[in-house]
Amino acid sequence: MSTFKQHSVLPGFNLALGFTLLYLSLVVLIPLSAAFIRTAELNWPEFWATVTTPRVLASYRLTFGASFAAALTNAVFGLLVAWVLVRYHFPGKRVVDALIDLPFALPTAVAGIALTALYAGNGWIGRVLEPLGIKIAFTPLGVYVALTFIGLPFVVRTVQPVLEDIETELEEAAAMLGANRLQTFLRIIFPTIFPALMTGFALAFARAIGEYGSVIFIAGNMPMISEITPLLIITKLEQYDYTGATAIAVVMLVISFILLLIINLLQWWSRRRNALA
Amino acid sequence: MSIEIRHLSKQFGSFAALRDINLNIHSGELLALLGPSGSGKTTLLRVIAGLETADSGQVLFNNEDATSQPIQERQVGFVFQHYALFRNMTIFENVAFGLRVRPRQNRLRVQEIHERVTNLLKLVQLDWLADRYPHQLSGGQRQRIALARALAVEPKVLLLDEPFGALDAKVRKELRTWLRRLHDEMHITSIFVTHDQEEALEVSDRVVVMNEGCIEQIGTPDEVYERPANPFVYEFLGHVNLFHGRIHQGRAWIGDVEIDAPEHAEAEDLAAVAYVRPHDIEVDRVMNGESALPAQVVHILSVGPVVKLELVQKGNQNKNLIQVEISKERFRDLQLVKGDQVFIKPRRLDLFPHQLH
Repeated sequence: MSTFKQHSVLPGFNLALGFTLLYLSLVVLIPLSAAFIRTAELNWPEFWATVTTPRVLASYRLTFGASFAAALTNAVFGLLVAWVLVRYHFPGKRVVDALIDLPFALPTAVAGIALTALYAGNGWIGRVLEPLGIKIAFTPLGVYVALTFIGLPFVVRTVQPVLEDIETELEEAAAMLGANRLQTFLRIIFPTIFPALMTGFALAFARAIGEYGSVIFIAGNMPMISEITPLLIITKLEQYDYTGATAIAVVMLVISFILLLIINLLQWWSRRRNALA
Repeated sequence: MSIEIRHLSKQFGSFAALRDINLNIHSGELLALLGPSGSGKTTLLRVIAGLETADSGQVLFNNEDATSQPIQERQVGFVFQHYALFRNMTIFENVAFGLRVRPRQNRLRVQEIHERVTNLLKLVQLDWLADRYPHQLSGGQRQRIALARALAVEPKVLLLDEPFGALDAKVRKELRTWLRRLHDEMHITSIFVTHDQEEALEVSDRVVVMNEGCIEQIGTPDEVYERPANPFVYEFLGHVNLFHGRIHQGRAWIGDVEIDAPEHAEAEDLAAVAYVRPHDIEVDRVMNGESALPAQVVHILSVGPVVKLELVQKGNQNKNLIQVEISKERFRDLQLVKGDQVFIKPRRLDLFPHQLH
């Protein structure tokens, strides 16, 4: 204990650490471990058979693939939105700024219904795209659209404050030294906002993996094609197959944890490299 | 490179930052733009740099119009008050930045870049910090790196915006002597902005005193200090005492003291203000000669080679303190203590008719 506890003028290290661990246990660790304990009722071959049926594997691919694509899209366009909100002044800017948070607040089912209505074959957007051979509602593309919708605020809200903190002097200095706008962005601005962008990406990605409400409306939920893993879990629960449901949940948990860990490591590495201490 | 500024004006909303500025900067000189905040000095510097566009007027580099030339092509080095170092890069990379972003066809080879950056870091005496990051350096070190970075691209003009403004007093003094020496070695046309009159007078070849978007006076440090063109310059440069009096046909009166004022031969009984530097006032215990102003000593500061006295003029409703500086020897001869009665007489003064003030 004494090796990592440094003397500090701020009191209450023991109390604070104890409280943190208790809270984390009650809110996160105990419920999660329940999933593992429940899964342990299965023996290994049973477990493996449950989590590797073709239908389940297809759902992993869709969930993680669409989440990743959506988070990546949001990283690009969220950065763009944040940039515009920080750098430019235009009428109605405050309204636009407030709209960004809407996907946070909207019940996801509402978002799903709204998106489905828009993208279905007779919806405003679907009507235009369908003759071109692009079907969005009730396909994996629909899953991607829904996940992009709910992930946007994460990127915008993490990048925005960092972008606001960049002094215009830095860009002026770069220009005075002969750098063009692209060089200034790539060499000065991007390295500065990269850690924040990674955080936003990770949050959007994590949120998309766990998303259920908005997706099930627009996905069509066809087995092997547009069925997401959270839906499979619900299906199993409805069939009173609790152990099967928790087994899939455990796999999701482990994969999510590993992915988030990798993103965090990347972020830590880039922060160190950029020495933003 | 010489710089010429013609009829430059700039407006920020309803605020006139620059009003019809005309200025010639000689090749190789170190020029100070001096003025209070809001006087337009930084705006002028930024217009020369190309960071700001003027509403009207021209900027000429070597007699060629550069008004609409892009920043990147101006060959101007700029040093910011708050350094503006790139914090995601090492000190070495900061200095090398300007060389690395050049178009491929005229970019130096890696070896040459390395050489030049190392030389510049040696020039600013910080080559041992090459691998550090900006946040690991002190303010004075950062500003020297900022200067090295600006010099790396071999600019024809060096512009410094309050370069020492964010540093503490001791580092400031060191850096400005250092800047002066550096300029004497390199002879690059340099303009620096400051609100510190001591800094401007000490470092520059010429001083441009600015106020409310206009140039009040241009001259060598001696000229602007010894012969201020108007009351503003007088009050802005160093301490000054004000005496109210009258001028009439080439004669001036301050209380009972009568002074020759040949430059005001045309004046017909005008109210006037006399400006007198603290070291241009004679102090005596007795009325010496024809006339002097009676005063009382209220404070004595005798630290250092110069003794500073604060006096109150007698029989005057104007209770302003008069600042006087006398030598230590004179102070010993007079044996002054607080509360003593003395007589004072301006040795040299400048008169300005009242309506100007």
